[in-house]
Amino acid sequence: MFRAVFKRHLEGLSSSDVVVTPRVYRSLRRKITALMLITATLPLAIMAWLNYHEYQKALSREIQNPLRVIVNKSKNSFELFLAERTSAVGFIAQAYTFNELANEKDLARVLKILQTEYVGFVDLGLINDKGELVNYVGPYALKGHNYAEQTWFNEVRVKGRYISDVFMGFRKFPHVVVAVRHTLESGDPFIVRATLDTHQFDKIIASMGLEPGSDAFLLNRAGILQTSSQRFGKVLDTFSLPMPPPTFEATVLQQQDADGEDIFLAYTYFPESDFVLAAIKPKAQMLRTWYTVRGDLVFIFCAGVLIVFVASYKITDLLLRRMREAEEDRELALRQVEHAQKLSSIGRLAAGVAHEINNPLAVINEKTGLMRDLIGLREDFPDKERYLLLIDSVLKTVMRCRDITRRMLGFARRLDVSLEELDLNDVIFETSGFLTQEALHRKIELVLDLDHAAPRIVSDRGQLQQVFLNILNNALAAVPDGGHIEVRTRGEADGVVVEVRDNGCGMSKDTLSCIFEPFFTTKKTKGTGLGLSITYGIVKRLGGEIGVESEVDKGTAFTLRFPKHPKHEA
Amino acid sequence: MKKIKLLLVDDEENFVNTLSERLKMRDVPSRVVYSGEEALEAVQSDAPDVVVLDLRMPGIDGMEVLRKVRKSNPEVRVVILTGHGNEAIEEEVKKLGAFHYHKKPVEIDELLGTVKKAYRDKLDDAMVAATFAQAGAFDEAHDILNEDKD
Repeated sequence: MFRAVFKRHLEGLSSSDVVVTPRVYRSLRRKITALMLITATLPLAIMAWLNYHEYQKALSREIQNPLRVIVNKSKNSFELFLAERTSAVGFIAQAYTFNELANEKDLARVLKILQTEYVGFVDLGLINDKGELVNYVGPYALKGHNYAEQTWFNEVRVKGRYISDVFMGFRKFPHVVVAVRHTLESGDPFIVRATLDTHQFDKIIASMGLEPGSDAFLLNRAGILQTSSQRFGKVLDTFSLPMPPPTFEATVLQQQDADGEDIFLAYTYFPESDFVLAAIKPKAQMLRTWYTVRGDLVFIFCAGVLIVFVASYKITDLLLRRMREAEEDRELALRQVEHAQKLSSIGRLAAGVAHEINNPLAVINEKTGLMRDLIGLREDFPDKERYLLLIDSVLKTVMRCRDITRRMLGFARRLDVSLEELDLNDVIFETSGFLTQEALHRKIELVLDLDHAAPRIVSDRGQLQQVFLNILNNALAAVPDGGHIEVRTRGEADGVVVEVRDNGCGMSKDTLSCIFEPFFTTKKTKGTGLGLSITYGIVKRLGGEIGVESEVDKGTAFTLRFPKHPKHEA
Repeated sequence: MKKIKLLLVDDEENFVNTLSERLKMRDVPSRVVYSGEEALEAVQSDAPDVVVLDLRMPGIDGMEVLRKVRKSNPEVRVVILTGHGNEAIEEEVKKLGAFHYHKKPVEIDELLGTVKKAYRDKLDDAMVAATFAQAGAFDEAHDILNEDKD
């Protein structure tokens, strides 16, 4: 996928003929930055997201596990409590005979012992097989009551044991009934029934040591509260949430309470009785820790994104700058190669043309010369002077053609550079010497400002002379009579810079852009348009550089730079 | 001064005939041939003093003619007159013994000057050669006498 994106957006760079404009660079910068940003932040985001959820899960497990453990432990406490009481009642049923228990005094004594040994017993009753309460000690006047029609009586007859749900009894305390059946070896079975108050339930719940805001309580399977709850009301109120699915393992559910608050509900059903133990912890407690962790996560993520953004922006910037530099270098090199190729192909063409033209020129020259000879010999030739003038003009033109072909040949030839160590100032002084006569004649001020501290360079004297002759000739042609030409040299660490400045007619931008092109000339009939092209070629061959600045009517300045040692060119 | 025996060699008849006519008007008559083969024949049969030679010709070209003439008749002065040429060729013909190298088109008086100079050069050489020949004859006689002694 990335490959396709890269290809689509970046291929503009790889094709050589596309000129890379600033607009393209801007769009490229946007694309690369975006791409880097996406590739860097995507894994970061995924990791942050995973962390977020893993942390959340881990934290919620951390909350749920202790809750589950404590619910299990408390369930055991409850079961132990109930089993203890049940077996105490069972013990009484087996230890005493029906008749002993039927004795009111004995039964009162047994209850007393029971109350001292075990906390929570309220009353004690003996029921015969027909459901009649044969004997009873306790705060109620229940003696003679028949329980035959009640469901619990049938249950205890069948199962042998029964533990009731909580009910409001004596002194408005919640109570639980425990009943145990005992079958005599001879005769009918009887049932011992005891009532317990549920203070002990509250104690067990208190011993769970829940934090404030948390809640624990006992329910029956029908959803009636068996102990008071902070959240759901008092004993025998109805649990406001739907009963969770039955399970004897401590289980944690995440749900909302009636007020819409998120809570953890830990619960377990009792296997031996109808009770369900439930504990509730609000999620908000857990979330406090979670918010801290999440804040850290968000901060790290944002900081990461910021760093990635800054880094990718900087890297892109650097990358593009390098790219642009390389592009510019390449373009320059291409232009130079193009120029060199143009020069060399034009050179070959010029040489061919020059050769071919020389022969016909020679014929014209001889024929015209003969014509002049013949007319010159005839004294009586009509309009002799006029014809001789015409013929001379033809001959001069032939010579001009010859000069042009010679220059073209000179342009074409590739002279071997013969190097020697020389003082550029000397070369300039000598060369300017050729022109002082003309300068004097035209009252042109030719100033040489030579830096004699400039280093000596290794170069070709003859070719340098041609270079300066060309440039000075151009300057002379550009300035009016009484003008000013200044040649200044300046030594540098690795070579010499020469500046030739005139206050002549200058050049337009269009002209300026073409002056090193072969056959470009502004001199119409006087020039071949090869001078500066040859100059350019020589300077390059000598490892130098040539540049020009010009302003119309202000003047022109050529700046040449020659290295101490010419680089070897291929 | 004795008349110069001049041979003009050029395949461009139009050019060489006119040149010959103009030279004749300047009191320098010449023989004209149009190819390298003819030129070699003419050198053998006529023994010219100076040959004005074009380089590029069909058949035997000027360079070959120059080489052969310098070998067979080193006393003949050869002036090259060509439209096809550059510094390298100029160097080469000078090395092969050409007296002078002119590029076409050339001013008639310039060419005439060169021809006359070449002729004088040849005469000078001949004189020196004659002197040496006399000295050589003396030496030879001397050698023969010495030989007899052994």
